Amino acid sequence: MKIKTESTPLKLKELAKKENPFESGHRMCSGCGAPIVVKMVLMASEYPVVASNATGCLEVSSCISEYTAWKIPWIHTAFENAAATLSGVEAMYKAWKKQGLIDEKVKFVAFGGDGGTYDIGFQSLSGAMERGHDMVYVCYDNGAYMNTGIQRSSATPRGANTTTSPAGSVVPGKQQGRKDLTRIMAAHNIPYVAQASPSNWRDLMTKARKAIAIDGPAFLNVLSPCNRGWRSQTNDAIALCKLAVETCYWPLYEIENGELTVNTTPKEKKPLDEFLKPQGRFRHLFAPENESVLKQLQEDVDREWNRLIKESSGESK
Amino acid sequence: MAKVAVTGNSAVANALRQVNPDVCAAYPITPATDLMQQFSSYVSDGKVDTELVLVESEHSAMSACIGAAAGGGRVSTATSSQGLALMWEMLHIASGMSLPIIMPVVNRALSAPLNIHGDHSDAMYSRDTGWIQLWSENAQEAYDNTIMAYRIAEHKDIRLPIMVNMDGFIISHSIETMEYLEDDKVKNFVGKFERVNPLLDLENPKSFGPLILTDYYHEYKRLQHEIMGRVKGVVNSVTDEYAKLSGRQYGLFDSYRLEDAEVGIVVLGSAAGTTKDVIDEYRDKGIKAGLLRPRLFRPFPFGEVADALKHLKAVAVLDRADSFGSYGPVFMEISSALYQAGGQPKMINKIYGLGGRDYMPSQAAEVIEELNDIAQGGAIKLVKDYLGVRG
Repeated sequence: MKIKTESTPLKLKELAKKENPFESGHRMCSGCGAPIVVKMVLMASEYPVVASNATGCLEVSSCISEYTAWKIPWIHTAFENAAATLSGVEAMYKAWKKQGLIDEKVKFVAFGGDGGTYDIGFQSLSGAMERGHDMVYVCYDNGAYMNTGIQRSSATPRGANTTTSPAGSVVPGKQQGRKDLTRIMAAHNIPYVAQASPSNWRDLMTKARKAIAIDGPAFLNVLSPCNRGWRSQTNDAIALCKLAVETCYWPLYEIENGELTVNTTPKEKKPLDEFLKPQGRFRHLFAPENESVLKQLQEDVDREWNRLIKESSGESK
Repeated sequence: MAKVAVTGNSAVANALRQVNPDVCAAYPITPATDLMQQFSSYVSDGKVDTELVLVESEHSAMSACIGAAAGGGRVSTATSSQGLALMWEMLHIASGMSLPIIMPVVNRALSAPLNIHGDHSDAMYSRDTGWIQLWSENAQEAYDNTIMAYRIAEHKDIRLPIMVNMDGFIISHSIETMEYLEDDKVKNFVGKFERVNPLLDLENPKSFGPLILTDYYHEYKRLQHEIMGRVKGVVNSVTDEYAKLSGRQYGLFDSYRLEDAEVGIVVLGSAAGTTKDVIDEYRDKGIKAGLLRPRLFRPFPFGEVADALKHLKAVAVLDRADSFGSYGPVFMEISSALYQAGGQPKMINKIYGLGGRDYMPSQAAEVIEELNDIAQGGAIKLVKDYLGVRG
């Protein structure tokens, strides 16, 4: 049965009454960020949504035959092609519209992890955005290939200990910095690109609502903690997201029709260590011999934050 | 019915125009490029209502086709060679999800070394992807097969994707005199698309593409085998119905002067035409040669093929693709068919025409001579050998 879609004010009291299109009972790990992201994005929508999903944690844990957590039409085909698959669905929707088979305005949302988005699915994502499909691509970025057992991705932060960039006696974790996918998507000159975090739920849901409402392609990059990969606690996902925002590791900003706005400026920018310390994947960096990596990480964050502030044309909150 | 002089690509593009699919997603590749190029002009000129998705790779082409077909509607693409190879992962997913996608494949060699010319490597290496495969001898048959493919793929007992194969350049780029059906006849023949569990049915939300592990995956795959078993009957009935409309009767395979033959050649695609001419010459010389050209290659009609061949003394299977370290792919099918039927023919396998190397009448003659010698009691020198290899 179709779930109700209505434009609920983004207030907890109202949202609590709304049906969650992503049913509980799925098999995501406790403390995982991804289902929180999915719930917030889908509940923000003012339109019926058809979703696609890259192969990954979210997909394998949310639809295991004969069960599904998705109360909306949902499709998974493979790892690298959530955007291309959804392009096809959206094209068929246009054909249905043309033939009068459907009246309703339907929106299309693709979900992929950083592996399926930054890396193997990058071409498919870039193509779909360039073609201008009416689609929002949501990356839940947990910074590694978590589904296959915590291998490094191009979204893995510098220095992080993963199973393919292990912190060893010679090599202290991942040697490279993160690919700046949000900027790369902005360079596609699509109407809307934003970075969000589930700790700032209203900001995230406002962005999701805006992205979904736009006629055309949009991209949301959302931080999504993975306690298995981050070597953190199952009850600290939101707290870590908050620290990521407060340290400016994960700046909240949007680029709407080319105009960049930093949405949240921390009252006091915390040192990056506060975000890194609770996570076992960075533990080795606090050994004296790895001090330079920590320094480099902080410099990376500062440089990007300063650049954003400089470019931000909007009012920051 | 109008006689036209067109290339295979034009003929198939015209078939797509007449069918007017809901969505086409495609990426150009030689020698299929021209086909979707012509179709794109039909879109631009408003001759079709198709939503055209011009993707950034063949992997995305097939992914978009899968998304569109799951969405609920008639979907087509076309490709060749490396494009088909890049789609390979998604081919299994299209068939595994039971989506009737129609894909003309303009057969071409695979790299390395890079070669843009015709052979059957692309489709042969995709033969186990769960797709139905139809093969064509000429532009007329490629056109006819394309139209029939919609009816076969979309049949309620099947719902599977189909590759319609035609030889790169030899069929795709050669101009041939053939007949088109009238637009309304094609429209009526393919009929209205019947939507089965469309993803876009918002009232009944469905999840497509679940995870199925050790509990039911095995049964799922067994079911695909079972569905393939229904294809032959549907191909026969659709082919017969089409014959009434067009006057052109095809079968599961094409059989030429085979009934009273003593030796036979099995070959796919355009090489059959050349071979038939040479068979006629040898018939005039008193050598009873015949030919079998498979049209439905997946599922392979083992029983029927064996019945048509088992009385022969010697059979040569010509393969325009190789399986290195083994026999050619068509040879393996024919051997299996004849062994199961308790067949008697002695068999040889000839690999020919790779990477667009011309298949000459002299090569067919060479094979018939060798078969004749074997039929007279001569020994088989090499089971698998190559035709026309330069010294």
